[in-house]
Amino acid sequence: MMASIPMEYGLLLAGTLFALGLIGVLVRRNIVFILMSLEIMLNATGLAFVTAGARWAQADGQVMYLFILSMAAAEVAVGLALVLKLRSQFKTLDADAASRMHG
Amino acid sequence: MNAAFYIAAAVAVISTLMVITRLNAIHALLYLIVSLLAVAVIFFTLGAAFAAALEVITYAGAIMVLFVFVIMLLNMGPQATAQESQWLSLKSWIGPAILALILVGELAFIIARGSLRAPAPGPVEPKQVGEALFGPYLLGVELASLLLLAGMVGAYHLGREWGAEIEREGARGQGDKGTGGHGDNGINV
Repeated sequence: MMASIPMEYGLLLAGTLFALGLIGVLVRRNIVFILMSLEIMLNATGLAFVTAGARWAQADGQVMYLFILSMAAAEVAVGLALVLKLRSQFKTLDADAASRMHG
Repeated sequence: MNAAFYIAAAVAVISTLMVITRLNAIHALLYLIVSLLAVAVIFFTLGAAFAAALEVITYAGAIMVLFVFVIMLLNMGPQATAQESQWLSLKSWIGPAILALILVGELAFIIARGSLRAPAPGPVEPKQVGEALFGPYLLGVELASLLLLAGMVGAYHLGREWGAEIEREGARGQGDKGTGGHGDNGINV
């Protein structure tokens, strides 16, 4: 039996992935890339939960990961439908095109 | 298996970096899939085999397929064929292929060594997760199902309007709809 992985490394990796996703959201203007970066951030959050759950050998981390997973699935379904709508209305994928709401 | 964690972590960070720097959506998507697979390996090394399986099936499988569908839908137009020939070049898939090969090598190594037990303090079995899900977290499961239902209804609503709008535009030109026509005339660069 080898030594287990320190929890800090898992959390560090989760933080790194989350930061990369955040940079993606802030830097990219194509709405598909923004959605992908959101997926990265959600995934990093799930990784943090699973890491913490593994540290104390509890199932709660994976349960929270499941909730995040279902939330990501719902978010992607609605988000991609909005992408298609944006494309059909503005003929572009630029997120700034929809910065004004015509209420 | 410690080495497996570090290699998979490196693969995850590299492929995620590639996701946010690629210009082509399909290239970014390939790297994103590799990144999710790497995170699945990390889940496995942490002793969360159930979460690892779900990561591959749901994230890398179902959600990414949705992305692929939408990107393929969006790429209509004359430049699509030019892009298509460009996508088939070696340069576009060699990066994700190498990163995925590293993960496959890890898998083969772990199977060959026969040590499928995770070195975590105590691996969390799927049975424990199921008992927690349908015990203290039962309300959360119900709420998640409601959320999924709301997501499905919302996506259907948006998609249906989109289809109807196309029909309407095709039938009697554009600009005769309240908000949609507004946007079309306003910011059509």
